[in-house]
Amino acid sequence: METKVEFQFASLADFLAMDGHGIYVWIAYGVTAAALIALAVYPSLRRRQLQRELQRQQRIQQRRQQVESDRIKTAEPA
Amino acid sequence: MPSVESLSGIAPAASRAAPGFGALLKVELLLVLRKRADIANPLLFFVTVLALLPLGVGPEPELLARVAPGIIWVMALLATLLSQESLFRSDFEDGTLEQVTLSPQPLYFAVLAKTAVHWLVTGLPLALLSPLLGLMLNLPAAGYLCLFASLLLGSASLSLIGAVGAALTVALRRPGLLLALIVMPLYVPVLIFGTGAVQAAIDGYAYSAQLAILAALLAAAAALAPLAAAGAIRISVDN
Amino acid sequence: MAWQWFHRLGSPRWFYERTGVWLPWLALASLVLLTVGSVWGLGFAPQDAKQGNSYRIIYIHVPAAFLALAGYYIMAISGAIGLIWKMKLSFAVMRAAAPIGAVLTFVALFTGAIWGKPTWGTYWVWDARITSMLILLFLYIGVIALARAFSREQVADKACALLALVGTVNIPIIYKSVDWWFTLHQPATIKLTQSSSIDPSMFYPLLTMIVGFYCLYTWTLIAHTRTLVLQREWRTQWVQQELAEGNRGGD
Repeated sequence: METKVEFQFASLADFLAMDGHGIYVWIAYGVTAAALIALAVYPSLRRRQLQRELQRQQRIQQRRQQVESDRIKTAEPA
Repeated sequence: MPSVESLSGIAPAASRAAPGFGALLKVELLLVLRKRADIANPLLFFVTVLALLPLGVGPEPELLARVAPGIIWVMALLATLLSQESLFRSDFEDGTLEQVTLSPQPLYFAVLAKTAVHWLVTGLPLALLSPLLGLMLNLPAAGYLCLFASLLLGSASLSLIGAVGAALTVALRRPGLLLALIVMPLYVPVLIFGTGAVQAAIDGYAYSAQLAILAALLAAAAALAPLAAAGAIRISVDN
Repeated sequence: MAWQWFHRLGSPRWFYERTGVWLPWLALASLVLLTVGSVWGLGFAPQDAKQGNSYRIIYIHVPAAFLALAGYYIMAISGAIGLIWKMKLSFAVMRAAAPIGAVLTFVALFTGAIWGKPTWGTYWVWDARITSMLILLFLYIGVIALARAFSREQVADKACALLALVGTVNIPIIYKSVDWWFTLHQPATIKLTQSSSIDPSMFYPLLTMIVGFYCLYTWTLIAHTRTLVLQREWRTQWVQQELAEGNRGGD
C-alpha cells in the first residue's frame, strides 16, 4: 500500500488562501518562525556583544597604562 | 485566636516526636502574638477586597452567589500570599535564621513550626471569617460548611507552599511581587479543588472526594515543602 | 575511573571546545527537518475532514508543546545535577534552558490560540491543555524572574534549581487538577486532536517536525549555554583568547 504524496492545492493563490484559513495558518507559522529564528540568532549576537565589551575593556586598560607611563616619564626630570 | 496556654498541651507530645519542636512552636507563637498588626492585616485585606467586589460587579444576589466560592477562595489565597513575605524576614535580618541552620535540630522542624504558626494566625482566622463573607456575598446555604472545611485544609497547604517561596526570596530586598510570581502557579491545584468542593456542595453533590484530595495535597505539602524551604534557607543564608 | 567523563563534562572549557564541532551539524539538521516538515505539512499533507486547512497548525503547535514541557524537565534535571554535584556547567545549562522553554511555551500558546479561532470561533478557551500551558509559562517566568532578582550568579543558580525542582513535583499535580477542573466545567466539547487515530499521511510530517524541533532545541540549548559559559568564565585566559579570535568559529 502506497500513499500518494501530492501537492494539495491547485494554485499558489489557493495555497496562500487555504480555503479562508490561510490568515490563521500563516500568522501561526510566521510568529513561530520569528521566535525560533530569534532563539537561534541570539547566541551569536550575545557573543559579539561580549567581544565588543572585551575590546573596550582592553582599550581602557591600555590607555590607563599609557597615562601611567607618561606620568612617570614627566615626573622623572623633576 | 488560640492562646499560648492552649497550645502548651500539644507541645510535650510534639517534642517527643521531634525534639525542640514544641519549644519552637511556643516561641514562634509568642513572637507573632506580640505583633498584632501583622495578624490583623491579612484579615482586613481579605474583608476589604471582598467588600470591593459587589462595588465592581454590581449587587445582584444571583451574580454574587455564583462567583462567591471562587472569589472567597482567590482572596484567601492572596491574603495568605501577602502575609507570607515576612515569614522568615525578621529572623533573616537579625541573624536568627543563621543560628537555626547551625543548630543540631533539623531545619525541617523549624520551618514546619514557623509555617504551623503562620497558618494558626492567618489560615485559621481566614477560615473562621469565611462564613461571614459567604453571608455578605449571598453564598447558598449548602456551601458554608464546605467552604469552612476546604479553607481550613487548603490554607494550610498554601502556607506550606508559600514558605518555599518566602525562603527562596528572603535574601532579596523587595521580594513582594516576585514571591507572588513564583508561588502562585504552585497554588493552582489547591485553588481548583478548594473551589471545586464548594461548588459541588452548592450544587448538592457529595464533596468528600475533593476534601480528601485537599487533605492529600496537605499531607504531601507537609512532607515535602519544609524540606524544600529548608534547602532554600540554606541557599539564602550561605549567600 | 568510570566517572571521569562525567567530571570532564563539568568543565566549561571542555564543553565549549567539544560542542563547537557539533553546532553546525545540529543547525543543518534542524534547518533541513523543519523546512521539509513545514512544506510537507503545509502543502502535501491531506486536508482534515472536520477542520479543513486550519489543522495544519498542528505541525508547529504539537512539537512546540512537547518541547515546552520536556524543556522544563531538562531545566529541572540539570538544576538538580548542579545542586548535587556542584557542577558549574550544569547550572549554565539550566539557566540557558529557561528562556528557550519560555519561548517555546509561548509559541505553543500562541499557535493554540490562533488555531482556536477557526475551530472554536474564539481565540481563547479555558481548555485544559491551554490552561496547563499557561501555567507552565508562569512557572518558566517565575524561574527567569527569580534568576534576575539575585545579583550573585551562584546564589541565583541554586535558588532557580530549587524552584525548578519544586515546579517539577507540582507539574503532574497541576496537569491532573486542571484536567479535572476542565471536565467539571465543560463536558464533551470538541477534542483538539485525536492523536490515536491520526492518518499516516498526516503523521509522518508531524514526526518530521517533532524530530526537527528536538534538533533545534538541542542546538539552541548548546549555543545559549556556550554564550553563558563565555560570560561566566569571562576572566579566564581561554575565554579572552576565544573572543579575541573573533572571526573563527563564530556560531
